[in-house]
Amino acid sequence: MQQIFLFLYRLRAFILFLILELLALGIIFTHNSPQGAVYFNSSNKFTGRLLSSKNNFVSYFTLYSTNKALAEKNASLLNRLDRMTPVADSAYFALDSALSNNFNFWSAKVINNSINLSQNFITLDKGKADGVVDGMGVFNEQGIIGRVKGTSNHFSSVISLLHTDLLISSKIKKTEVFGSTKWDGINSNEAKLLYVPRHVKVEPGLEIVTSGYNAVFPEGIPIGKVKEVSHGSETNYLDITITLGADFSKLNFVYLVKNDFREEIDSLETEMVNPNQ
Amino acid sequence: MTTVKLLKYSFSFCLYFLIQVFILKDLVLFGYSFCFLYVFFLLSLPHEVPTISLLLIGFFIGLFIDMFYDSFGIHAASAVFLAFVRNTWIKVIMPTGGYDDNVPPTLLNMGLGWYIFYSLPLILIHHFIFFYIDSLGTDVYLPLVIRVFSSMAFTFLLGAIVQAIFYKKERVV
Repeated sequence: MQQIFLFLYRLRAFILFLILELLALGIIFTHNSPQGAVYFNSSNKFTGRLLSSKNNFVSYFTLYSTNKALAEKNASLLNRLDRMTPVADSAYFALDSALSNNFNFWSAKVINNSINLSQNFITLDKGKADGVVDGMGVFNEQGIIGRVKGTSNHFSSVISLLHTDLLISSKIKKTEVFGSTKWDGINSNEAKLLYVPRHVKVEPGLEIVTSGYNAVFPEGIPIGKVKEVSHGSETNYLDITITLGADFSKLNFVYLVKNDFREEIDSLETEMVNPNQ
Repeated sequence: MTTVKLLKYSFSFCLYFLIQVFILKDLVLFGYSFCFLYVFFLLSLPHEVPTISLLLIGFFIGLFIDMFYDSFGIHAASAVFLAFVRNTWIKVIMPTGGYDDNVPPTLLNMGLGWYIFYSLPLILIHHFIFFYIDSLGTDVYLPLVIRVFSSMAFTFLLGAIVQAIFYKKERVV
């Protein structure tokens, strides 16, 4: 017995090494999936506060480009508002009034961002107290940014589109062909459009937008433009490279979107898939 | 270890940590070359520090940095591995005559040749583990190799400069 203890004592460094390494790997594999809760991320109180004070300082350097982008967004919104306001003396029918109000929007500021790893995350300065919940979509005036993964009271952590596990349901705007946008981990300006069948004609320059099928994003938010089409190694699908609309290296203000009917849609779809439940 | 030394190392721990998460995190050259300067904190601890303490220090500095990098334990895993092999590696490359007591393994104390031999393999292992775990979701290998080697060069270069400027020579020749 004493021998065993002596043996274990001699191996104590190695045993501690195994324990710590397994602990670290455990953290990696439990928390690196797009679903599930997260603890050791930058949306907790301590990290969030430090990062937002750093961002307060650094954001002065990008004031010019931020203002420009916001002004552009304002202009396009004003244009749309103008088009949507009914003309006073003509008959006006709101055809889809039942669904017109199911998306709610928030704005938030990016306080932490990375683009160079294969699993990139973003931290925003809005959290539970502002009404942010898991699964909300994030985008800016240029395109899709990601999806909310974890929230604390005043901060939230977002899986960036530049995360190799995130799939965004999308379509080609002109032809209404569906696919999924996924980052391949190589270039922060480019992603792949997956699952587009080979018989579909796709030309460079076509716009890719969200499809509105996954109930996270409303339909028609820009994602990017087709850059290259080739017949890849997969037999059934085209290999499409798209240029992302959003410049991830210069994120500042973003919009959060929540679909009020998402739970209803999700539970309906789960019922369809598993009728027994 | 005396209290003064303990305070000195705690202070440099905080400094390495703050510089890593607030400055070096945003400094990625060409989109490939990262600088994980904090490994030099582990490398420059005195060689009398037992492996057990090294492991714990490595784990916690890694975990703190993970919080800011949003990398969930990847830094912790690679720093723990670095901490585990460091003392063994120091013993393997011991110069004839052994090490002097109370002389930490820094660039000026040990000379450039020994220091390259000491730090480069350890940095390489650390960076390889970090980028390998990070790239598990992808199936591309060339960016992994480029990242590992360019980051190793960047980290070593900046680390050596820091060693040359901020660490005093303690060995009496």
